[in-house]
Amino acid sequence: MTTHTRTGSEPGVDASVPVGGAVGRPVDRRDGNAKVTGAVRFSAEHHYPNLTYAMLVHATVARGTITRIDTTAAAAVPGVVAVLTHLNAPRIRPVRNHNIVRDLGPSVSGTSLDYLNTDQVFWDGQPIAVVVAETSAAANEAAPLVEVTYDPLPARVDFAAEQTNATPAKGDLTFAGRTKKGDAEKALAAAEVSVDLRYTTPGLQHNAIEPHATVAVWDGDHLTVHDTTQSINQTGRYLAWRFGVPASRVRVHAEFVGGAFGAKFAVWPGTVIAAMAAKAVGRPVRLALSRRAVSRATGGRTASTNRIALGATRDGRLTSLIQDSVTRTGSAGGLLEATTSPARHLYGAQNMLTRQNLVPMDLMPNTWLRAPGEAIGSFVLESAMDELAYELSMDPIALRLRNEPATDPTGGKKFSQRMQREAFERGAERFGWADRNPEPRSMRDGEWLVGMGTATAYHPVVRLVADVKVRLSDDGSALVQCGFHEMGMGAATVQAQIAADALGIAYEKVRVEYGDSALPSGPMAGNSNQTATVATSVLAACAELTRKVSALARRTGTTGQEPAAALRAARRPFIEASVGSATRFGALGSQSRFLTTFLKDQRWSKAARGAQFCEVRVNADTGELRISRWLGMFDVGRVINPKTAASQLRGAVVMGIGMALSEQSLIDPRNGRTMSAGLDSYYVPVHADIPPIDVDWLDEPDKTMPLGIIGLGEVGMTGVAAAVANAVHHATGKRIRDLPITLDKLL
Amino acid sequence: MEIELRINGSAQKLDVAPQVSLLDALREYLGLTGTKKGCDQGACGACTVLADGRRINACLALAVQYQGREITTIEGVDHPLQEAFVRADGFQCGYCTPGQICSAIGMLAEHKEGAPSAATEHLADTGGELDETEIRERMSGNLCRCGAYNGIVSAIKEVAK
Amino acid sequence: MKPFSYLSAPDTATALRTIADSEDVKFLAGGTNLVDLMREGIEHPATVIDITRLPLTGIEELPDGTIRVGALVTNSRLAADPLIRTRYPVLAKAILLGASAQLRNMATVGGNLLQRTRCMYFYDEASACNKRAPGSGCDAIGGFSRGSAVLGASEHCIATHPSDMAVALVMLDAVVEVESVHGIRHVPIAEFHRVPGDTPHIETALAADELITAIELPPVPAAAHSSYRKVRDRASYAFALVSVAAALAVEDGRITEVRLALGGVATKPWRAHIAEELLLGAEATDENFARAAAAELAPALPQSDNTFKIDLAQRTVVAVLRKLNAERSAS
Repeated sequence: MTTHTRTGSEPGVDASVPVGGAVGRPVDRRDGNAKVTGAVRFSAEHHYPNLTYAMLVHATVARGTITRIDTTAAAAVPGVVAVLTHLNAPRIRPVRNHNIVRDLGPSVSGTSLDYLNTDQVFWDGQPIAVVVAETSAAANEAAPLVEVTYDPLPARVDFAAEQTNATPAKGDLTFAGRTKKGDAEKALAAAEVSVDLRYTTPGLQHNAIEPHATVAVWDGDHLTVHDTTQSINQTGRYLAWRFGVPASRVRVHAEFVGGAFGAKFAVWPGTVIAAMAAKAVGRPVRLALSRRAVSRATGGRTASTNRIALGATRDGRLTSLIQDSVTRTGSAGGLLEATTSPARHLYGAQNMLTRQNLVPMDLMPNTWLRAPGEAIGSFVLESAMDELAYELSMDPIALRLRNEPATDPTGGKKFSQRMQREAFERGAERFGWADRNPEPRSMRDGEWLVGMGTATAYHPVVRLVADVKVRLSDDGSALVQCGFHEMGMGAATVQAQIAADALGIAYEKVRVEYGDSALPSGPMAGNSNQTATVATSVLAACAELTRKVSALARRTGTTGQEPAAALRAARRPFIEASVGSATRFGALGSQSRFLTTFLKDQRWSKAARGAQFCEVRVNADTGELRISRWLGMFDVGRVINPKTAASQLRGAVVMGIGMALSEQSLIDPRNGRTMSAGLDSYYVPVHADIPPIDVDWLDEPDKTMPLGIIGLGEVGMTGVAAAVANAVHHATGKRIRDLPITLDKLL
Repeated sequence: MEIELRINGSAQKLDVAPQVSLLDALREYLGLTGTKKGCDQGACGACTVLADGRRINACLALAVQYQGREITTIEGVDHPLQEAFVRADGFQCGYCTPGQICSAIGMLAEHKEGAPSAATEHLADTGGELDETEIRERMSGNLCRCGAYNGIVSAIKEVAK
Repeated sequence: MKPFSYLSAPDTATALRTIADSEDVKFLAGGTNLVDLMREGIEHPATVIDITRLPLTGIEELPDGTIRVGALVTNSRLAADPLIRTRYPVLAKAILLGASAQLRNMATVGGNLLQRTRCMYFYDEASACNKRAPGSGCDAIGGFSRGSAVLGASEHCIATHPSDMAVALVMLDAVVEVESVHGIRHVPIAEFHRVPGDTPHIETALAADELITAIELPPVPAAAHSSYRKVRDRASYAFALVSVAAALAVEDGRITEVRLALGGVATKPWRAHIAEELLLGAEATDENFARAAAAELAPALPQSDNTFKIDLAQRTVVAVLRKLNAERSAS
């Protein structure tokens, strides 16, 4: 096993952590020094002798058959080693359907497509060839020279025009396509006060600053890949299946991932094609996607259209809640984005009806993007709640609190914890909500109209399963091993804090290894699950280790001394404890632990929650919109590291601000081509867009979770766009129901 | 073609085609991977390095053009900003970080020379304070998708004091 | 990127001789646009002449008060220059509102004038674009046209000129000095950039063998009280939806001098002559500002995505003139 010296060994700048006091302390992230000195290596930066460089060629039609593909000119470029197309690429096993019972690591393929093994084109941007060369310059020169002729087919590429072709979505084990309680339409018609509105959101792109990249190396039938992934184990198993080798012979490294946000969960074409190309040329291959390739071939968030209707009594009790949502998938894969999730779980409406409708389109398959479902759903629901509050002449917070449910509105489960009221009350006080004159257009600062808005934040809790090994050495140091992921969350730092306290040793003595599929199998990093998932196993392994050490201490008469004293007395260099193992039996054990935890967690309605507050300024002349103040007050259980937690919450708010202000995929409705294929045409927020973002949390552990931890990577993004839209209404009197809120909508 | 670059104080000879960018020369020919490629089109700032002390986007610079210039990459940086970034948590994934730090170093020098920004109220004023609005405007050429902007601004403010 | 041969020109004469003697040559300065365009396959010269070592880096005041700026002066240096900041704040501000600090450190004055459009269809090899591939059509028409022009467009091209600096220069009546083996000539900035007509690929008055060597800024006393306002989709680091360069002089409530130019709305840096004519001698009131702006935008031909620019441009013109007027009365 390679060492992870950079990732694990350094405790960071702040080393003054008392024994037993690591959890809850704002320690600096452990990889900080390495990151500010340029020492960390991301996927594309791993060098191998004889390395070749690859560049993708993408389809320029949305649907069709490749009738001719001429690689002569490309192959003639000096330095080109190979040009692979569906005509000459290695045949590999087709993508198979995922079976959750058989394979715990879900089929993580982003698409159902057999790249370079088919002449069919399913979206504009689909990779159809790869150039492999001695230098990246040669690959980049040659790729545009591949000549392709298509027999195009009619393509469904205009989301607005496809609405009528949407059909009810089935949903799955964890999410039903439709929920119904009472007769919501009837109740709406009979409601004393009601709103019936339409909201739309555009497609979005993740645009992590690190583009997807893979370095693939074959040694016989052993495959090593350095991949930009937030699911190393699933990726490894997936590649093993596709290439027909045992899973034990595929090793996936992702020690550092340069932002992911869901974009690096599924396996996208670059990973498969890099491994394919490395096999074909018999040399290591580096395939680093260009920004355009990232934009056209690695998923993105679906657009949505939503009807939302709310009925209420004159005093603000919801009698009806209806959301009909249409989202898309691709014709070669994609997912149902659960945009009705907030509508199902936030308010105690007497009658409810939510329906998810799907329309398959000949576009790049959509995928998870931070807070899938809730980011869109909270914009829709929380904007509509604000509109209803105005219809009722009620304070928007008061309306929300009046409809606080006693149990989960869908299914009636008990809440493991729900401090929504506290979040609003404490947030309102801190933000100065009481100073707000509720009258729209009533607050002004020179040429700027000022508005304040609020919205509920909500993200459900998911816990998966992790194998963990913990080793205590006789020098007093500990090593925690788990194949989890570090995309910027501070994951290793937080797990070191947890392990240090669980073992009763100093924080600096704990080393953590992660990001390598050869380690005990970790969870994929998504759905804000990773911290709690890994903590569950770290705590169990540390408890087991502590028992072993105590027994040893009793035998050696060192009870009461530091843990390592027992090892030294017994002349044992180290002692280990594990949760789960890589054996087949161990895998079955993991599966049963997963199901047990899953079923246990299913008894409760668990979620991270919060209240978002913002102040906006809208220029009275030009409609320019600026965010001038922000507060997010969250109910996220126990916070292990206030420093990294605050960063995650702030970062999510920033992404929400991007969604509110400027982000949108521009997919040409005439031909399905993604035109926002660069950071010059897809506007993510810049420094100047972001004011100081105040975040805080109620710090109440969720008693049903390990250490009371609730994941917090996504909740910060929810409610943001609604809070902005509501503040914009307050500032201008205009309701913007179509994101992003660009200035032309405010003129 | 054979060229010679001065990087982090030492001369480096390399053989590159004229179309090779300074960024690719650093990353692929010299193994200096601290400088990052985010967009390769001058739209993200991840590739920011210093050329004779001035911040530039290495992705839009041809390596051959920068012979005789003193190039500083993150590997050659030893600056209080680095520790300030760690303390203020001015990053998450760390991918944009080298660019942010090099950019901030260049920015502090520009401000010290009295260079204005679009946020400078009175353009004739050469001694304005480097407040948060100024820092945000001056650093807007460096995207951070993790949204660590607050931490970055805090770190810079601390060092600028 | 297509390979090319690279020459670093030791002096201007060599640069001019080389370009005169060979086909398919491009001068390379800051590289912020040309390198990007070459990487995208839009520009693919056989030879690139690096001109960054030429001695065109001076900013000097001529006896008649003209400021002569060498073509290789970087954008950031020009914006920071004390003469520019005090005499032509509109120019300093326009530059500072463009791109990012890194790009301004690289980009030169001459290169800025030769910037090509950021129209996403121009940049996309799979799309039809008469500017990139003459005769292929224009996918921007009927496509995403938020960034496109409403003034000066033709049925062949609706691409905006992306420069902020050039808008200020047009307002200032700057003169572009160009040189070739045949000698030096001076081109008024208003004649330098061309509207697309039916030849959108021909963008400037610069001949294939000419080099921009300097720009000259004539004395414009009114420019000491001038400003540049840029309206865009982000608070920074974004191209203009609308920008306005303006200078205003008022005496006894009447406008005695006015200069107005628009960016983001037109196929070339747009001098608002119609508005200027209406304003000169008129009372400095919001109504007159609005009337003049409306007249300037009257010929506008919008696409579905950019109709708002007509309204936005007028509002921005009024806001800028109103502010200049208020500052003037206050001082």
